[in-house]
Amino acid sequence: MKLSKIRRREALDGFICISPWLFGFIVLTLGPMLFSLYISFTEWDILTTPKFVGLANYKTIFFDDFRFAQAMKVTLIYALTSVPIGLVCSLALAVLLNQNVFGMRTFRSIFYIPAILPPVAMAMVWLAIFKPHGGILNAILGIFKVPEIGWLQDPAWALPSFILMSVWGVGGGMIIYLAGLQGVPTQLYEAAEIDGASPWQKFRNITLPMISSTIFFNLVMGIIGSFQVFTSSFVMTQGGPAYATLFYVLYLYQKAFMFLQMGYACALAWILFIVILIFTLIILMSSSAWVYYEAEVKK
Amino acid sequence: MKPNRKTKAIVYTLLFIGSIISLVPFFWMLTSSFKAPEFVFADPVQIIPKPWLFSNYSTAFEKLPFALYTWNTVKITALCILGQILSCSLVAFGFARLRFPFRNTLFVILLSTMMLPAQVTMIPQFKIFSSLGMYDTFCPLIIPSFLGSAYMIFLLRQYFMTIPMEMDEAARIDGATTFQTYWKILMPQIKPALATVAILAFMGTWNDFLGPLIYLSSPAKRTLALGLYAFQGQYSTDWNYLMAASTVTMIPLLIVFFAGQKYFIQGVVISGVKG
Repeated sequence: MKLSKIRRREALDGFICISPWLFGFIVLTLGPMLFSLYISFTEWDILTTPKFVGLANYKTIFFDDFRFAQAMKVTLIYALTSVPIGLVCSLALAVLLNQNVFGMRTFRSIFYIPAILPPVAMAMVWLAIFKPHGGILNAILGIFKVPEIGWLQDPAWALPSFILMSVWGVGGGMIIYLAGLQGVPTQLYEAAEIDGASPWQKFRNITLPMISSTIFFNLVMGIIGSFQVFTSSFVMTQGGPAYATLFYVLYLYQKAFMFLQMGYACALAWILFIVILIFTLIILMSSSAWVYYEAEVKK
Repeated sequence: MKPNRKTKAIVYTLLFIGSIISLVPFFWMLTSSFKAPEFVFADPVQIIPKPWLFSNYSTAFEKLPFALYTWNTVKITALCILGQILSCSLVAFGFARLRFPFRNTLFVILLSTMMLPAQVTMIPQFKIFSSLGMYDTFCPLIIPSFLGSAYMIFLLRQYFMTIPMEMDEAARIDGATTFQTYWKILMPQIKPALATVAILAFMGTWNDFLGPLIYLSSPAKRTLALGLYAFQGQYSTDWNYLMAASTVTMIPLLIVFFAGQKYFIQGVVISGVKG
């Protein structure tokens, strides 16, 4: 393809414009990806030269590492519970806030703020809230005669505590649903009302299909995010008690920066990538069955 | 749709209960930060601090140099915001306004990098930055922001696409170069989107924990998030000071949130509804 002089100039300018990203992509993404894939087949403590060990890391991970199995289990349970619960709660909140109520902006802020605060500071606050003796959560439950719960110190309750905490941060998803809800044309509801539809029928047959692309977005982002929990578990439990909150990325961090097993950690990272990819593809492939795009070709 | 009185009552009740659940942790944090240590976990719960110890804040500041940590965080954050605005807008302009070979392929690659978990590239990046002698400096935290981020490039590109091409053509006829068009004609048009980018960059950098944790080692270089974590390690039983320190790290975020609420929400919404 031969370009005219002006088009050549434009192409050159184009490449100059995208050069910061292109450079960053090659040096900080593509290069590191290949390097990390190679490192995952080696034993490497970051100081000496990597020693090639073939599939040894992957073999150990899959057949001989109960911590990996535990980390995967914890993360999957967390993802498969916190994401659906969060989805229902944030959608319910958004529907409530979409009722033309007075003071909607204030409520919106109140629910949204937890989603933006520094994770480290929030982890501290939750650590105190979950304290078995004198923590405010047990104090409140005590009013309803609920016996004292060990929360983060009890292996059976530690992971549910994290799920509870994630529900508290549903405001982020709520904001997106709210925008989706406000984009639903009101004529549809008016027409349904004339036909005598009940509120539930309206929600089920108008609202849900109309915001299905927003649900899809939140679902994908939620799954990706829930697989990458790190700060809260690092600050609050370090994976304990009895590995009950050993989230995958926390385990990866420990392998890399505490035990300096970089090869092993890179193998863990690639497995994480593949798992996230599989989940995303499943959601993507199922989406043609339930996501409705109005008058536009699916991107 | 005008909700009737009964629905309204139900909606308000649910919203109030939700608000209380949402606010209790803050309320607890704020009141505890003024309490005497023995009352933080008192039974029954002390709702209003008695006595009010405003000195918790000054003591927390004496125990750890939070002013220094704040200054470190401000420096890193300011440079990251600058970097993201300059690089992302330029790259987005390229993708939105100029024609060049492989443009669509490259854009698809850019979008697909959003799916890549940071952990895959974390260790090699660490190796690169430390062999460049940048371990324990702010450079590894700042430099990537000058190379753009996929999400914000996407956001700005969408925004550029809404501006009519006639703007560029008129500028070109008047003799403007591509870069003059970008800087003088288009940049002023996308100010609201730039505000969104600035706020997202602010939030991401201010709240970042893993980056500083990996790259910074000397106490004098700590960011607020890292400093707060170190504080917990040293004074894990002094909950009143911990809560004072937590409150301090949150205040700048709250200020920015209330000042730029519109752009905050806009940024999230653009991605979720139109993406």
